Amino acid sequence: MNTSALPRPSADLSALREQVASCPRAPRTVLPFGIAALDDILADGGLNGAGLHEIAGQSATLNDDAATTLFAAGIAARFASERGADVLWAATTFDLYAPGLEQAGLAPDRVLYGEGRKDRDVLAMAEDALRYGTLACVVAEVKAADMTATRRLQLAASDSDTPILLYRRHRSRGRCPMTAPSAAMTRWRIGCLASERPPWAGLGRPRWQIELVRQRNGKFFTLELEACDAQGRLALPAAPGNRTASPRSTVATERAVTHAA
Amino acid sequence: MREMGRRSEHADHPFRAMPPDEGGGQIVAFGAPVAIVLARRPTVLVIRTGQRDVVSAACPLAQSLGLTRGMAAAHARALVADLEVQDAEPEADIVFLDRLARHAARQWTPTACVSGPDGLWFDLTGSTHLFGGEERFCRRLLAFLARLGFSARIAIAGTPGAAHALARFGREIITLLEPGREAEAIAELPLTALRLEPGALQSAARFGLERVADLYPMPRGPLARRLGLKTVERLDQARGSLAEPIVPVVPRDAPQVGRQLLEPVGTPESIAQVIGDLVADLVAALRTQGLGARTVLLTCERVDGEAQRLVVGASRATRDEQHLMRMFALKMGELDPGLGIETMGLAAPHCEPLGAQAVGALLEARGQRRDIASLVDQLTARVGSSALFRISSEESDVPERAARRIAPLDLAKGWPQWKRPARLLRRPEALSNVLALMPDHPPRRFTWRRQDYRVVAGDGPERIHGEWWRNDREMWAVRDYFRVEAEGGLRFWVFRRGDAVEESTGDLSWYMHGVFG
Repeated sequence: MNTSALPRPSADLSALREQVASCPRAPRTVLPFGIAALDDILADGGLNGAGLHEIAGQSATLNDDAATTLFAAGIAARFASERGADVLWAATTFDLYAPGLEQAGLAPDRVLYGEGRKDRDVLAMAEDALRYGTLACVVAEVKAADMTATRRLQLAASDSDTPILLYRRHRSRGRCPMTAPSAAMTRWRIGCLASERPPWAGLGRPRWQIELVRQRNGKFFTLELEACDAQGRLALPAAPGNRTASPRSTVATERAVTHAA
Repeated sequence: MREMGRRSEHADHPFRAMPPDEGGGQIVAFGAPVAIVLARRPTVLVIRTGQRDVVSAACPLAQSLGLTRGMAAAHARALVADLEVQDAEPEADIVFLDRLARHAARQWTPTACVSGPDGLWFDLTGSTHLFGGEERFCRRLLAFLARLGFSARIAIAGTPGAAHALARFGREIITLLEPGREAEAIAELPLTALRLEPGALQSAARFGLERVADLYPMPRGPLARRLGLKTVERLDQARGSLAEPIVPVVPRDAPQVGRQLLEPVGTPESIAQVIGDLVADLVAALRTQGLGARTVLLTCERVDGEAQRLVVGASRATRDEQHLMRMFALKMGELDPGLGIETMGLAAPHCEPLGAQAVGALLEARGQRRDIASLVDQLTARVGSSALFRISSEESDVPERAARRIAPLDLAKGWPQWKRPARLLRRPEALSNVLALMPDHPPRRFTWRRQDYRVVAGDGPERIHGEWWRNDREMWAVRDYFRVEAEGGLRFWVFRRGDAVEESTGDLSWYMHGVFG
């Protein structure tokens, strides 16, 4: 047995390891939010463009539901403008108001709506659309999706390099839909917050509490952000000037800080 | 009849010079297939010309009451009190005539075409003997049209022009003209029978020319100068000294392929295999014809003689084998093979021309829209055709009317940038206990769905007026929309009926219409 041959393979192996370490990861499309505070905490430095992301409202109220819708619309709009392709929005009960979605950046010639009779139809449409592979993003609204369904969606998304946003509606008041297990890359909960009072009589830019409940290879956190603009971009609220902040927003900021810590 | 004046000499048309195999070159024209209306009330169809409605067709009952074509609709109404008046549909008439011409080209003669808005021309040269002679053919044609619900007049003559004139203005329902007697036969007909232009007809009326025979003795030079060269041409065409070829319609059969199976098949795999073979054959047939299929029909004949049908539709003309297979695979569960299928056929009843595609569209350039037509077909096959749509703007300021569904491949247009909620309530819900300053302030507090809200800030009003052209209730109606934020960051879209100044604009009740994120 030739013992002198032994060290050489290990040297080759370490050289290979170095090569593997030095070569960049497989190119994945990642959509950063453009907000350092958010992108730094996300494991991929943004939303993975080949994965399943789940979102839900913080409560069953219509306000949180609308905020969640706009959050999804903003992300879909940014995927659509980056990839120059269409978005499929599949739902069971169709009560979306397209002019409102357009103000979150999702232009009507970019969205294809699908209306299924049951959750099963919506999930099947979403999977077909993912496997098709030429869409920029798929948004699916469901009430229930079990582990099998989410795993199928995740596999289809990673195969075709198309992101899917699974919007889980509240089934009953006071029970978070995020308690069920899922194969999603990230899980978000969106809630409405009081907007900052502008110096004139009127409404300021809406604010949301964005809570990342779970992510693969990363921590959960809570952040207060300003709502989508006409291109679907979120923003970090400006530091309050010399005015006193409203009590609710102070509480929320404190909570955000403690969660982040 | 003696002809005066000079005649310019023509070379004979080669087809006219050919010796016809029976009698002469025969053209049948049958004009004015009028639908027989089996109604008790006299009925006329009207068409709008310029500023007035003109009768374009009248049923036999109406004709017996003295209503004729070209009469003003108001005049007709005045003459007959109980008159049924309907709008004419010239496009639909042309489409039907075209179908009739295609049927004729398949069944009776290879050369058939539509002539004018109300007639057809067949070149019957050498084909009437197949139907027992000219007269029997004409009777057969009349019976055929009567079964379809039409009355018709038929003339067989040596030239298309003469046949056209005799079919419309001749005395008999069926006119058979011996070859060479066209000039004589049409001599007593009015000038309109010659298909002259309106200007030529007017000047002819000024010169006192009424019948076709009036034109025969006139010198050709002055005739052409006064009534136009076209008139001389029409006259020559009707008399047969100038050729008038017919441009025939080309009948097209739907591409069709089929397989007789050696043994009946019943398993999904074998059925899929046969469908795959058939699709490949059909695609080859479509490619040679330069067509793409919009609808593909699969027919399976079972051993017990029952036929099973499966239809798939494409939103855009396609001859993509994989795409068609994918759509059939989604629908194959509906097939019931029973004891086995022994014959399978595939046809494309609805096709559209589909040329070669530029390669540029196939390269996946960044920023270029990629085609989603086949995805639309796939999803439609899965969930139904009404389930997939886009939303486009409608020209209305009333929020619930501003959006409408359009087909998934149509182009959608956007909306003006007024603030709108992400989800709209199905119908506005009334608010109670509203406390608000009139006229221009958002509410301070309100109760909605049994919950009280205290408003922190608001924006508005955005005033939207009712659409008075839709109904009377909206004549003066006004909605003032406000965006309000309640305590806890809850943002709503509420409106008040009425502008709080004029009472006719609304009763000042408040409604919730949508929720902002």
